[in-house]
Amino acid sequence: MTALAWLIPAALVLGLLGLGAFLWALRTGQFEDLDGAAYRVLDDDEPPTDENDRGEVRDR
Amino acid sequence: MAFAVDIDAGTAERGASREPIARPPGKPKNAVLAIENMNCGGCMRKIERVLETAPGIASVRANLSAKRVTVAFDPQDTGTETIIKTLADAGFRAADLAHNNIDDGNLADQDLLRRLAVAGFAAANIMLLSVSVWAGLASDMDEEVQSLFHWLSALIALPTVAYSGQPFFRSAATALKAWRLNMDVPISLALALATGMSLVQTIRGSEHVYFDASVSLVFFLLIGRYLDQSLRSRAKGAAQNLIGMKSGWATVVAEDGTSERMPARALEPGMRVLVAAGERIFVDGRIVSGRTDIDEQLITGESVPRSAADGDRVYAGTVCLTAPIEVEATAADKDTLLADITRLMETAEQNKGRYVRLADRAAAFYAPVVHTLGLITFLGWMWLGGGWEMALTTAISVLIITCPCALALAVPAVQVAATSRLFNRGVIMTAADGLERLAEIDTVVFDKTGTLTKGTPELSNSAGISEETLAAAAALATNSRHPYAQAVVRAAQSRGVRVVPTDGVVETPGAGLSRKSAWGDEERLGSADWCGIGPNSTSVDDSEAGASLWYRPSRGDPATAFQFVDVLRADAAETVAMFQSAGLGVLLISGDQEAAVKDAALTARIEDWFAEQRPNEKIAQLRKLEAAGRCVLMVGDGLNDAPALAAAHASLSPASAVEVSQIASDGIVQGQRLAPVIEAVAVGRRTRRMSLQNFAIAAAYNAICIPLAMAGFVTPLIAAIAMSASSIVVTANALRLTTAKLKL
Repeated sequence: MTALAWLIPAALVLGLLGLGAFLWALRTGQFEDLDGAAYRVLDDDEPPTDENDRGEVRDR
Repeated sequence: MAFAVDIDAGTAERGASREPIARPPGKPKNAVLAIENMNCGGCMRKIERVLETAPGIASVRANLSAKRVTVAFDPQDTGTETIIKTLADAGFRAADLAHNNIDDGNLADQDLLRRLAVAGFAAANIMLLSVSVWAGLASDMDEEVQSLFHWLSALIALPTVAYSGQPFFRSAATALKAWRLNMDVPISLALALATGMSLVQTIRGSEHVYFDASVSLVFFLLIGRYLDQSLRSRAKGAAQNLIGMKSGWATVVAEDGTSERMPARALEPGMRVLVAAGERIFVDGRIVSGRTDIDEQLITGESVPRSAADGDRVYAGTVCLTAPIEVEATAADKDTLLADITRLMETAEQNKGRYVRLADRAAAFYAPVVHTLGLITFLGWMWLGGGWEMALTTAISVLIITCPCALALAVPAVQVAATSRLFNRGVIMTAADGLERLAEIDTVVFDKTGTLTKGTPELSNSAGISEETLAAAAALATNSRHPYAQAVVRAAQSRGVRVVPTDGVVETPGAGLSRKSAWGDEERLGSADWCGIGPNSTSVDDSEAGASLWYRPSRGDPATAFQFVDVLRADAAETVAMFQSAGLGVLLISGDQEAAVKDAALTARIEDWFAEQRPNEKIAQLRKLEAAGRCVLMVGDGLNDAPALAAAHASLSPASAVEVSQIASDGIVQGQRLAPVIEAVAVGRRTRRMSLQNFAIAAAYNAICIPLAMAGFVTPLIAAIAMSASSIVVTANALRLTTAKLKL
């Protein structure tokens, strides 16, 4: 019985965490563009301009 | 709304990194643009970069799945039209979408997905508890623990059913209010009974509790409903993008003579609109100045342009071909063509009546049967002396085991598979019950211009014209947007004749083109009158008598006749033949002139054809076919087809069709070919067959389970297994449709 007192709440909390995460993702529009997201991973955050093309990383 | 929050956050972030502007920025405006040719990640990135660097734009977010871009911009610095132009320069065709009709589909999607997620969470956890109880029955679980598990299940199940089951309860309530039965009535009843009875059993500490059955029923059904809904809103989005591409911009001339560009939907009666040569006219109205040729193909189905001048009526959707005109908008008039056609469409739709969908027909049969069986079980056990409590429990378990899970999934699962198959092959089904109606058709009626044909004339006697003449005529013709002139240029190019544009060409609307040579005489390209050829002219032989265009060289040589045909789409004859060999009747009903229609009917090998049919006559033809017991699929594109599209049993229109026709029809066929029409009918038929198959599977399942339930053998474990298994079988069967090879 003591094991159940731990395990059942643990199972429920984990499940609720998952549900919460999904509802959060849905609310913030993570599923708006499933095709586009696949390409955005490959994209740099900043469009390449003259300055960052020269490469701040190399300068450092 | 979630999407808007995202955009605003993006605006703030990017806005902060921008250079400070001297003047305070105006309130940013949002626009949603459909981008026709955004097909890959590269396009998406390019569009975002192009717009980010354009002036006045605060934030850009492209959505590749929806083929749309959301732009936030400062209306003081830029406008929607400028943005569209920027995109056009970068090689993307964009169109502004009206703001109000964008998000409703998306919201319904998200609502269902939320309910689905909650049901999924609950189903998993309750199943966890139920499996323990079932396992415990065989071993050593004591009653206290079992009761605890039941209470926990109740705690999860009750709010879940109340929240996730709402779509079913609401739909059932609407149906019952209208004294109808739909599939959601037995679903709701089973849900309520299963949950209610389980609660009572839990309070009484009994063994048989069905919370897992009721929650997984909600879960499975929501999956089906969500897929159906998301696919429908995807199709709706694609159709909106297509229709958005048709709306355009018009130049409005103010009283003081200044002109302003505005979106076509903002036009109002009384405004004066300047229409340049080659532009589409966006209003019904009267010409106040100018003389031009008007291409009315989409309105009347006639392929030959009409010449119009001061005071003549012009209609929205037509194209001004040869010279600029100024039009006063009179769309509010009750007697405009558009108003007539809208009225015809409305009555046609009313006469069509309510089509009862397959699933609802099944429900109307199924619900009473199941409920009677439940009643018989109750009475039977009372009569056998089982006591009212036992009798009631068994009766309810009959209702639960016949939970129409498989039955309710039978149709949506096939619909989803069929709609996505068609979507991938260029047919966007916009009407929910369109596929079911497509399955029933036995006659196909085609419109001619723009549907069976490409809608653009081609030179037919090119072989009889010398290269020299063709080159000279084409040189004049390059200066005109008249479809005949453009056909001459195309013919010349396809024969490898080099077309050198000449200067000094004058276009006389309604007549033709002319050019004065250096020594004073004139060469002309145009109508017979324009080239000085009378009806009794001796130089004309019989085969040339009906020619639509003439070329008269400057040196007084005899004139040459050019003849045109509106060529059929590449696979028109093949498509017609396939329909005919499958035993379907094919008719051609057109608004065009008899000779042209006869010609097209001969080439496409259609025996029954009707020419010069007005919109109301087209409806009359359909009614006649209907009265003869035929079920008609109408395929048409013009405004003059819209009432017929609405009146026919099922209808499709090509992507080039006018907006009204696309809205009136059940689906939109993309591309240059007619083959997708066959595919649509074939898929419709297979959808129907597979739905019936699924009904049979569900019925077989019920035939096994109902007797067991009536005899009182069904435990919650058996109920859970039977229900999941039948749903999975039905769904798997439906998925076969996505890859099946189909023939008519």
